[in-house]
Amino acid sequence: MTNNSLLKMENISKSFPGVKANENISIEVNKGEIVALLGENGAGKSTLVKTVFGLIKPDSGTITIKGEVMEPGDTAVAIRHGVGMVHQHFQLVPVMTVAENIMLGDEPHRGAFISYAKAKQVVRDLSEKFGLEIDPDAVVEDLPVGLQQRVEILKALRKNVDLLILDEPTAVLTPQEIDELLEVIKNLAKQGVGIIFITHKLREVIAVADRVVVLRNGKMVGTTSPKESNELQLAQLMIGREVIFQLNKGVANPGDVVLEVNDLQVRDDRKLMAVDGLNLTLRAGEILGVAGVEGNGQRELVEALCGMRPTVQGSFKILGIDVTGNSPRSIHSQGVSHVPEDREKDGLISSLSIEENLVLDQYKSEPFAKGWIRNLGAISDYATEMIKKFDIRTPSGKTPISSLSGGNKQKVVIARELTQDAKIVIAAQPTRGIDIGSIEFIHNQLLAERSTGTAVLLVSSELDEILALSDRIAIIYRGKIVATLDSTNVDRTKIGRLMAGASS
Amino acid sequence: MGRILSRINFRSWKFLIGLIVLVTWIYCYVANQDITNSVVASGMRFAMPLALAAMVGIMCERSGVINIGIEGTMLLSGFTGFYVASFTKNIILGLVISILTGVLTSFLHAMMTIKWKMDQIIAGTIINILASGLTSFLYKQGSTIPNTWPIFDIPILSNIPFIGHAFFSQQGPIQYLGLLLIPGIWVMMYKTRWGLRTRSIGENPGSADTAGISVIRMRMINVMIGGAIGGLVGGFICLELVGSFSNNFTAGAGFTALALMIFGRWNPLGAFAAAILFGLAQALATQLQIFGINNVPNQFITMLPYVFTILVLAFAAGKVRPPAAAGKSYEKEKS
Repeated sequence: MTNNSLLKMENISKSFPGVKANENISIEVNKGEIVALLGENGAGKSTLVKTVFGLIKPDSGTITIKGEVMEPGDTAVAIRHGVGMVHQHFQLVPVMTVAENIMLGDEPHRGAFISYAKAKQVVRDLSEKFGLEIDPDAVVEDLPVGLQQRVEILKALRKNVDLLILDEPTAVLTPQEIDELLEVIKNLAKQGVGIIFITHKLREVIAVADRVVVLRNGKMVGTTSPKESNELQLAQLMIGREVIFQLNKGVANPGDVVLEVNDLQVRDDRKLMAVDGLNLTLRAGEILGVAGVEGNGQRELVEALCGMRPTVQGSFKILGIDVTGNSPRSIHSQGVSHVPEDREKDGLISSLSIEENLVLDQYKSEPFAKGWIRNLGAISDYATEMIKKFDIRTPSGKTPISSLSGGNKQKVVIARELTQDAKIVIAAQPTRGIDIGSIEFIHNQLLAERSTGTAVLLVSSELDEILALSDRIAIIYRGKIVATLDSTNVDRTKIGRLMAGASS
Repeated sequence: MGRILSRINFRSWKFLIGLIVLVTWIYCYVANQDITNSVVASGMRFAMPLALAAMVGIMCERSGVINIGIEGTMLLSGFTGFYVASFTKNIILGLVISILTGVLTSFLHAMMTIKWKMDQIIAGTIINILASGLTSFLYKQGSTIPNTWPIFDIPILSNIPFIGHAFFSQQGPIQYLGLLLIPGIWVMMYKTRWGLRTRSIGENPGSADTAGISVIRMRMINVMIGGAIGGLVGGFICLELVGSFSNNFTAGAGFTALALMIFGRWNPLGAFAAAILFGLAQALATQLQIFGINNVPNQFITMLPYVFTILVLAFAAGKVRPPAAAGKSYEKEKS
């Protein structure tokens, strides 16, 4: 089957100052094969694929593509060899059309002039060939994320790729979009394109991969296929120890009602009613999971409860006090902690250090400030303690947030939000896009909060997460809670139906 | 024709302003043809240097570099062009020197902002301070140039009733060149590969980079083309419109040009239209002064075009959106 071989990486090693990112890794990808690259954050997956795409030059090892040894460390060479890459952060020009984005850099032209008709035809042909429907005239910024990603994939396919690398393609997608993408991936493979995709999500691996390569700490720790393996085994390979998927959470001790939402209405950014007459009660010492397909008002609900978004109608009470319309600071001071959905945008200030981010909500008060002078020593001591307690992996507390991995960033948010005297923790997608080790850690922290009598409102699009943590599950659909179920002996299919809008 | 008509949004503010200007123009033309013609023609003379200066801003900002040094670029190139023309008695050489000075000045700007990744506002300010300091230090009174660029009518076109007199008659060559240059820049920006790439590096340089486009090189060249146009404007003012160099002759025109660029939404034709509007307001103000309206102080009349611009910017232009990457220096993703 040698003529079927597409990519052969042999003994690839790469060190960065202080870290061995890749150590003697050898991988093969055949035509039409889907290889999933699995591993925790910092396991070296990104480094490896960037090596294939020529963004990184390995210290040693060879890369052979279709029997030809490729000169490493040059993107142009990689592209010429038929390697394409879809980056995690899209590289699109938002104000331009789909056709313009796809042709950029290699525009069909007559003289200096662009031939738009030809460019659109190219897009239509590609769409048809690979079954990826898209309007070439649509402006990219008006498209939902899933379609934007499709544009990225088409951009790569246009260059006649034989090997397509997808760097965490599902991290930003909604569940339906993920399903569509997985279909697309299967389709591409059928057409003979070899695919490498990086992910943390085991379900996806099981769903599409022909082969799974697991990396840990820069080393290859196993190659297997989904048929020979299961989620638990894969997870163990990834983190190198037993994972408790069934969290041992014990019985809840619900106390008084701490949050009461009455007939709340909130508009989204497009001024449409996203939360539309929502009712909810949350008790001390319980975890209430809000399950639903993304875009059913979860984000707007959370933002309204934290004071970040105006309400249209209705009210909510915290510990019996009506706080509707109060400022975020005022709601925060009532004992509401918020782990925001978008940690980069709402949770952290990337250019500031870990220390500064850890005291973002307390920098004004003792012991972190005396009068109007900050007490840097106290901040530093406190940060050192938190870094240890929350297992934040960083050289020092002075490191800017921007240089941390996703999991460690989220730990900083969690450390800040969970250490104060919170009565209510509102956690929105608390484990999105982070590695399994961090997920487990954060889950345990949330359970620890619950056992001390804090109420937790957990909003997540990962049903497994909701099921693992919640005491009660509220299903949100089109801005309303359509059902609240007890989490003991729940029926997954019933939840699925409710999430899709069926009346129980 | 039908296709063009169907593309016009009859309820948009642009259409409305255009209509008002046109109706006023026709009305005045009917009332007094001579004065109207001379006001419109002098409006065009006010408009063209501003429009060209706005092109400098567009070339730079579309490729992601904010250039507030237009003022300084024009001042310096007007200065060098004028004195070279004065010493050599050769206005062609003067204009060439003007353009070269513009290119060199913008090269300095490009090096500071693109290569050395300096703050772009500060880089522009440096250019402005450098220009005003140098020119006023070296300024020598009493120099003259042998002649200015000749003024002529464009045959045939100048005979078109109504618009012929406004656009195609009794102007110098650079004024006419501008009429070609501005649509040319528009075509370049929206119809050519170069334009698409330029706009892409001004919006998302990372995207262009992964498509194999050299962001640094494209930015350098665009900024320097902008500089050449800026130099042209300096020479245009000193060697064609005014015929002399006076200290700080730009008097804020570079900044007015930036406002017009924003008003025109970084679109060459939009900025041109904005400049014409502003030029007409200015010509009208001058005309009002000539008429001598006794009970209104002069200052208020000279204020008119600026008040007019502020009003238009505030009420008609609405929310503007600059190129997303303008003002940010580009660094490849660290891997």
